[in-house]
Amino acid sequence: MIEHLIPVLAGTLAAATPLIFAGLGELVAERTGVINLGVEGMMLIGAVAGFAAAAHSDGGALAGLPAGAVAGMLAALIFAILSLSMAANQAACGLALTIFGIGLSAFIGQHYVSYSLPGLPPLDIPGLSEIPVIGRILFHQDAVTYLGLVTFVGVWWVLKKTRLGLVLKAVGEAPDAAHAIGYPVIAIRYGATLFGGAMAGIAGAYLSTVYTPLWVQNMVAGRGWIAIALVVFAAWNPTRLLLGAWLFGGVTILQFHAQGLGIALPVQFLAALPYLATVVVLVLISRDKRLLQLNLPASLGKPWMP
Amino acid sequence: MSTPSPPFSGPPEGTPRLELAGITKRYPSVVANDGVHLKVGPGEIHAVLGENGAGKSTLMKIIYGAVQADAGQIQWNGREVVIANPSEARRLGIGMVFQHFSLFETLTVVENIALALDEPFDLKGLAARVKEVSTRYGLPLDPDRLVYSLSVGERQRVEIVRCLLQEPQLLILDEPTSVLTPQAVQKLFETLRRLASEGVSILYISHKLHEIQSLCHSATVMRGGKVTGTATPSRETPASLARMMIGRELPVCEVPAFTGEATPVLSVRGLSHTPDDPFGTALKDIALEVRRGEILGIAGISGNGQAELLAALSGETTGPADTVVLAGTPVGHLDAGRRRKRGLTFVPEERLGRGAVPPMSLADNATLSAHGHGLVKKGFLRPKAAWEFAKACIERFDVRCGGPGAAARSLSGGNLQKFIVGREIMQQPIAMVVAQPTWGVDVGAAAFLRQTLIDLSRSGVAILVISEELEELFEICDRIAVLAEGRLSEAVPKQQTNAEKIGMQMSGLFSAADTREPAHAAA
Ligand SMILES: Nc1ncnc2c1ncn2[C@@H]1O[C@H](COP(=O)(O)OP(=O)(O)OP(=O)(O)O)[C@@H](O)[C@H]1O
Ligand SMILES: [Mg+2]
Repeated sequence: MIEHLIPVLAGTLAAATPLIFAGLGELVAERTGVINLGVEGMMLIGAVAGFAAAAHSDGGALAGLPAGAVAGMLAALIFAILSLSMAANQAACGLALTIFGIGLSAFIGQHYVSYSLPGLPPLDIPGLSEIPVIGRILFHQDAVTYLGLVTFVGVWWVLKKTRLGLVLKAVGEAPDAAHAIGYPVIAIRYGATLFGGAMAGIAGAYLSTVYTPLWVQNMVAGRGWIAIALVVFAAWNPTRLLLGAWLFGGVTILQFHAQGLGIALPVQFLAALPYLATVVVLVLISRDKRLLQLNLPASLGKPWMP
Repeated sequence: MSTPSPPFSGPPEGTPRLELAGITKRYPSVVANDGVHLKVGPGEIHAVLGENGAGKSTLMKIIYGAVQADAGQIQWNGREVVIANPSEARRLGIGMVFQHFSLFETLTVVENIALALDEPFDLKGLAARVKEVSTRYGLPLDPDRLVYSLSVGERQRVEIVRCLLQEPQLLILDEPTSVLTPQAVQKLFETLRRLASEGVSILYISHKLHEIQSLCHSATVMRGGKVTGTATPSRETPASLARMMIGRELPVCEVPAFTGEATPVLSVRGLSHTPDDPFGTALKDIALEVRRGEILGIAGISGNGQAELLAALSGETTGPADTVVLAGTPVGHLDAGRRRKRGLTFVPEERLGRGAVPPMSLADNATLSAHGHGLVKKGFLRPKAAWEFAKACIERFDVRCGGPGAAARSLSGGNLQKFIVGREIMQQPIAMVVAQPTWGVDVGAAAFLRQTLIDLSRSGVAILVISEELEELFEICDRIAVLAEGRLSEAVPKQQTNAEKIGMQMSGLFSAADTREPAHAAA
């Protein structure tokens, strides 16, 4: 039994990694009051940029991730200029960014269709990976999955323990008040939005260069939307986001195994299962109005000008 | 009020702490400051007086760097400075308490304070200091509470303590006492006098003239963005100060006798409610009755159940149907919109946020609450009607602003209050609940608003006023009850009581006969 579970759990961590990156980025942006619906687009742009960088250099995935981050950040910059400097509607800008990302990645990616990359071998943490069961689940992962967890700890720590975290929350809560006591609201929102873009770019590059190192058009497959949903499901709390990402990752892996074991459910249903599970949890959680109200950044999605 | 400050001996020696010359600030629709000169010496408590929209807050925000002047110079301790933003002002030693609270609701008190201090981030240490400083200054605060659960009075304390912790050389207080209790005001004044004697300069804005007289050494009077004069408050009378401010004599309120129709229009019976919010005050068996044509006043220190009672009356929280009865119909289970349709209007305590949506225009804000009055037809907005409604309200209540298209947040504090009260009055209610009707309104406009409320009641509307200002309650109300710790005393005609008795009750000292608390409470 345990022998069957180990690959499932180990796979869960890897499948959750793109959601952790993209979700944390979106969470930070939303904390400051910016809702960027372009996560899916930024992930695709990051994916294709990362793939191209990895294909044309000998750095492989290690070249892909920084390239993805930069590309995601540039995509977020377009969004920021429109929605923050020009106060355009954030939802419309985000949707436009997603459509743009789908088109651009397909256009650039046509050169790489069916091209595959070496990927990234798992990295054993010396000592720890020898622990029975746990070692093979937790400490036999690719380097980016570890990086995702380190990023989670970093974001959690900044939000919870530092002045910067407090300032981010304050700006999302009441931009007028933050401005009145002297915080540069627009600059802070730019920073958070660009961070979100970089993280989405890394998430995309991870998908294309590590997770399935083979270019397929539209390979992000809705994970950007799930990341946005997870942020809400998590009530803007990074720990809950992590759990949500694992839930989604776990169901994703389980349905692969179910397909492999020939469980008599339609493949389409199984493929929809992770999304369905996440939506159900979302609905259940949003019944706790108090929790949502306390954590919902009050200025979320509202344009602000000094 | 209390002992006046020691008279300020002549002009302050040496260089003034702050000197403004020719400060000008234009907004699209109005010149908010027009060549303003102002001088404050070390240790001087200087009042800035003026009617609503005179430009006081704008001037203070310029000094604090939150707004940039179009022209003019600022000298700080004899040196010309440009104050580009508030953190620069704080670095110079300038602290400010804003008229509209600049607090973050979902953060705790200590987090709010930490955000405004430029010092290493240490919440634990700061919480201890907040506790210590707030008790020392008589403004008690619990550092770990979330701000959204605080009453407006408590929020004001947070703002003041936040400012005091910066140990400023110049303290700007923009209407700091508008929602403080008389005791807290006394404490605050002691604190301010102590600070002044230590050399801190203070700029003090208030519409309460007796406060200015008891506290301030000197005063600058503004009207329409210009300085119209200076005065030594201790040598003036409230009437002469008022004349300098509004440029004419202060009108006197006329209160026609209550011509007693005993039909209750709005009544509350057996209303108990424990709020979800762990910091809220539970209402305990509230009963009251507002009759046709009368004004009932509810006195009390905010935080004693005012917010909860207001929510229960307005329909923001609902309960059993028969706890609230409007014109014979039980409405306790109906939401705010349905109660509005039945003729109950409502002026909330917080103006920005609950009373008005800051970035929206006045016309749109009118639509929000007055939608039953031809502003919405078959579910569609009628922008023209809303525009006309807002325009009529602006004219009738003399709201000084850029017109119906002006954003709510561009109005001066008092003008926004006039607009909100006016909007509710114009809906021809049968009953009206008003919290702090003249909060931040200048003396002239306050007299006008009070008169309007009185006239409205005499035309047959039942009005309930919740206020901390005893003087106001005694001026306009027919009967007064006291809300303390979630319990409401029996309403008594104002002729049968006095400010002293009410004041005692406000601090929770009911005599047994006055309470409606069941007998077992004594056990
Ligand atoms: N951001 C803004 N945009 C446009 N007009 C503004 C803005 N801020 C203030 N004003 C206008 O400037 C004038 C002065 O406003 P200010 O707030 O300084 O008045 P005030 O003296 O503080 O009044 P109050 O006693 O009511 O608080 C008002 O006419 C107001 O409408
Ligand atoms: Mg003002």
